[in-house]
Amino acid sequence: MSELTTEQVAHVAKLARLDLSQQEIEGFRKDLSSIVDYVERLRQVDLSTVPATLGVQPHTNVLRADEARPSLGPDGVLANAPKREQNAFQIPRILEEA
Amino acid sequence: MTIQDQDQELHAFLYFSEEAALEPSGSGPLSGVSIALKDNLCVKDWPTTAGSRMLANFRPPYTATVVERLRASGARLLGKTNLDEFAMGSSTENSAFGPTRNPWDLERVPGGSSGGSAAAVAAGMCDMALGTDTGGSIRQPAAFCGITGLKPSYGRVSRYGLIAYGSSLDQIGPMAYSAADCARLLQVIAGPDPLDSTCYQVACPDFAAEMAVEPKGLRLGWDPALVKDLNAEMRENFEAGLQVYRDLGVQLVEVSLPHLEYSLPAYYLIATAEASSNLARYDGVRYGHRAEGARDVGSMMSRSREEGLGTEVKRRIMLGTYALSSGYYDAYYAQAQKMRTVLRQDFDQAFASVDAFALPTTPAPAFKIGEKSADPLSMYLSDVYTVVANLTGLPAISHPSGFLAGLPVGLQLMAPVWQEGRLLQLSHHFQQRTSYHQMRPQGARPAEV
Repeated sequence: MSELTTEQVAHVAKLARLDLSQQEIEGFRKDLSSIVDYVERLRQVDLSTVPATLGVQPHTNVLRADEARPSLGPDGVLANAPKREQNAFQIPRILEEA
Repeated sequence: MTIQDQDQELHAFLYFSEEAALEPSGSGPLSGVSIALKDNLCVKDWPTTAGSRMLANFRPPYTATVVERLRASGARLLGKTNLDEFAMGSSTENSAFGPTRNPWDLERVPGGSSGGSAAAVAAGMCDMALGTDTGGSIRQPAAFCGITGLKPSYGRVSRYGLIAYGSSLDQIGPMAYSAADCARLLQVIAGPDPLDSTCYQVACPDFAAEMAVEPKGLRLGWDPALVKDLNAEMRENFEAGLQVYRDLGVQLVEVSLPHLEYSLPAYYLIATAEASSNLARYDGVRYGHRAEGARDVGSMMSRSREEGLGTEVKRRIMLGTYALSSGYYDAYYAQAQKMRTVLRQDFDQAFASVDAFALPTTPAPAFKIGEKSADPLSMYLSDVYTVVANLTGLPAISHPSGFLAGLPVGLQLMAPVWQEGRLLQLSHHFQQRTSYHQMRPQGARPAEV
């Protein structure tokens, strides 16, 4: 049984940008431990010489002509913005004032 | 009784459109046919929630290709159907807006994630519906609700305007009572689309014409090892279904799929890894829920996600992030991708000697609401027969094969890539010999044909 630690789960939550409660972290620790335990069976098979499948279709580039086309425009792009300031998405300050 | 009244009990719909009441604007192959859309398909200016609080107030600025094609075909678009949040689930219980009920037994789930679409079709609220299928989300609810549902080959149908879950697995497909109706709907939505570069560039065959051909002489594979652990009733139902195919002159051939048991662990690593990447976009910046009062951007993002996303979605993001994280990538994600190769090789080998492959759709009929929600792994195990079609990109269909204690059961067929026509052909002729697909639950609206 591969038990994840609370610290591991908290680290993954940080990577995933999820501000989980302590209760959620403990719940996911149990859930992920049992799911990871289940998927461990994949490692029983020797696949060292098998290539990976990233997608089921042959990998080819799909190209098109680079032509100007109509687009949404500022009001279309910003229609769902939680906060808007003129033609921009407003967010909390990123940089400290000098 | 209006459809809205009927929906008080079932909660199949999240939105009823106003345009459905209008006269259809054009004639076409689906003229006057009423169609419901799973609510992870974008329709410009309609609410499009994906079953999530995150998108409760979202109105897309553009329309999915499949929806544009339905409108051009003369279809009446009734509205949007309920689903597990971001299509993550097997019961529709993960919807932020409450579960859908199975019209055959209101205490039971309709399956998921396209549970609203399946229930709406089964209850006769619409003629047909669109679902989406990442690991069985069309076929499993079709089986639980006694209808027919088809997951096309990966790339057969444009994903433009589909809210992404697992991009290498997701496909949109038809759900209806009969295979014949699925063929009509697939014909309209399938085919090349310049807006989706993963969409197959070759034009579609005439699915109705392929469907009509007698299946006599086709070879249908099955693997006895896959059904040996089923309970006796489910196994008898499956074997009775195979007998119908024998009676149609189809030759049954035993073939082996030795790695199928590994498809579920591979699926839950690949799907969650892709989901963790796809759902990174829900950060509260450009659209969707934003947490109030955050003092910096980082906490605004992580609090918006914490408040806007439900438990199962967070669980999958966590699992996917873990599988992709440094030190675990090779052990889990890379290993799952290699298993994907092996599974496709198993099927390529099987299809050298058979034309299609039969397996159950689910290990059991619809379970009760709440029965599996406390144990995520037991919920995942209900997808054991369906995820392999998504991992391999192969087309698969579920059609009704009978009832156990009043609950519908489905039989699943898979075929080589681009052979949707063969799946429709087999299912259609099965349905010429049986009447399971014509059974309606109590309280269903009669078909308006």
